[in-house]
Amino acid sequence: MQAELTGYNFAYLDEQTKRMIRRGLLKAVAVPGLQVPFGGREMPLPYGWGTGGIQVTASVIGSDDVLKVIDQGADDTTNAVSIRHFFARTAGVETTEVTEEASLIQTRHRIPESPLSEGQILIYQVPIPEPLRFIEPRETETRKMHALTEYGVMHVKLYEDIAQFGQISTAYAYPVLVNGRYVMDPSPIPKFDNPKMHQSPALQLFGAGREKRLYAVPPYTDVISLDFEDHPFEIQSWDEDCALCGATDSFLDEVIINDAGERMFVCSDTHYCRQNRDASDG
Amino acid sequence: MYVAVKGGERAIQSAHELLAEMRRGDPEVPELTLEQIQNQMGLAVDRVMNEGSLFDAELAALAIKQAQGDMIEAIFLLRAYRTTLPRHGTSEPIETKDMRVLRRVSAVFKDVPGGQLLGPTYDYTHRLLDFTLAAQGEAPTEDPSSDLSSHAFETEVSPDPEQMARVLEILERDTLVETPKGPDVPSRDLTREPLDYPVDRATRLQALARGDEGYLLALAYSTQRGYGRTHPFAGEIRSGVVSVSMPFEELGYALPVGELLITECEMINQFQGSADVPPTFTRGYGLQVGLSERKAMSMALVDRSLRADEFEEEIESPAQDEEFVLSHCDNVEAWGFVSHLKLPHYVDFQSELELIRKLRDARETQDAS
Repeated sequence: MQAELTGYNFAYLDEQTKRMIRRGLLKAVAVPGLQVPFGGREMPLPYGWGTGGIQVTASVIGSDDVLKVIDQGADDTTNAVSIRHFFARTAGVETTEVTEEASLIQTRHRIPESPLSEGQILIYQVPIPEPLRFIEPRETETRKMHALTEYGVMHVKLYEDIAQFGQISTAYAYPVLVNGRYVMDPSPIPKFDNPKMHQSPALQLFGAGREKRLYAVPPYTDVISLDFEDHPFEIQSWDEDCALCGATDSFLDEVIINDAGERMFVCSDTHYCRQNRDASDG
Repeated sequence: MYVAVKGGERAIQSAHELLAEMRRGDPEVPELTLEQIQNQMGLAVDRVMNEGSLFDAELAALAIKQAQGDMIEAIFLLRAYRTTLPRHGTSEPIETKDMRVLRRVSAVFKDVPGGQLLGPTYDYTHRLLDFTLAAQGEAPTEDPSSDLSSHAFETEVSPDPEQMARVLEILERDTLVETPKGPDVPSRDLTREPLDYPVDRATRLQALARGDEGYLLALAYSTQRGYGRTHPFAGEIRSGVVSVSMPFEELGYALPVGELLITECEMINQFQGSADVPPTFTRGYGLQVGLSERKAMSMALVDRSLRADEFEEEIESPAQDEEFVLSHCDNVEAWGFVSHLKLPHYVDFQSELELIRKLRDARETQDAS
């Protein structure tokens, strides 16, 4: 663990910048799912590696917070380690791997398996905040589409999937409707995690650094995955259980274990997996 | 085994140690000094300052050293430092007519008031590797009295205090070329406020000034090859030193705070005219710190292309498309997003694997029945 960094403000960003971001976040919380532009700063970590999430975390973190950082559900992936170090160095806050102990959880690509509780804040790193981007690349157009609630193209896209493949072929970053108003990109989490967003007691904040957008889902807000009556939304499932802890209800990563291509399936949420193993050991 | 797949703290630490070793190279070879980089790799320093948007040659040299000469990494280092600096205010606009000119060429008139001045340029060098430089000896200069070291360079700059009119300004008098309009809105800092399309020309120029040189060069080139042709002429390119003044509220006027070596390029472009406007020449503008002619010229060509809307030209090529050009011109953003593909994507990939297997199963069942 590196020593605390001197010469920089608490949590790196200056207080004016944090305030600007918090104002943006307040607006985002007030209008769930609305993308709020903000004056994103150039961070000492690369764009695309979590600068949006880092700026949101830096703006809401206090010295008594306990921080957990995960990437792919795991606390020990290199970028999660790197971001956790960044805050340990610049804010000197306590860090944890235990989901229940964390007051702030910064994440990339997963929502923890353990249910979140009131008072916790889940901060997502977002690459492309615009759910309509791959249908319409122009910001000037997508802004209008959101303003007019013109989401027909999204349903057409999902319908075309069904026509071509017999089912919706979006497996992650699966679009959701927030609070009955805005279609939102849940960030590239697997659709397996989508139901966890719905009526979550935790506050969910989203930061896109390169695209300079913030958005939010306040606690106990409706988050509905888009679907059709005859093709209801469904989540991934596995024939296997976790090879380490035996979990049957968690998102599994597939690991190739030899040149013959044999696989094993293990929990992507490392904390959840360890907790299960500890419980069965004890 | 499983833990090995997920990287960790120790791996990062070791990576940093290896990197430091690689950066230093053979310890028998003397370490580069910032002074050497600043003096002998000045054009690299200029590029890092421009795209890093921080005009401090020493810090740029440090960034180049730390990044082992990787320009984008150096630009990133400088940007990340810049973002922590306080903003003291906005300087007065610089006046390039008052430039102490080091180089000035116009491709549209054989001679212009103030003359053509070649200055230090690679333009007419024959690109032959100079092996005397390899032998650690300086190449013999043809005339020993012409010393072009940076020290002498200050005095080489035309000391004439009189203004040197810009070539396009002379054409403005005959109304053959459009008179540039100043910005309608106060200039904003796009490192503090997000871009909001459509953007005004001043903000566009700000984005282009920090944009990637290679990207702008390619876009500029594409307009010459017919993708949004603008019929350009290099009206004027000038490099030299201008004075920078800051307004001081307590005094009620501005005082010079320093000097900046800059390169300015004005392109002249044909315009067929419209219902209200007779045929006239239009212009594209490029400005860079240091001797950054390639970037300044590319910027001017792209600036003009992006004005297509203003001149009611059909927008059909990438270089004319404001959202396309500006959203992708920043190399720190671009490389960040491309490089993030190196980060783990196990979860998304797993989701796709599961989906593809399901789709194939569905097809097999269908084929079987």
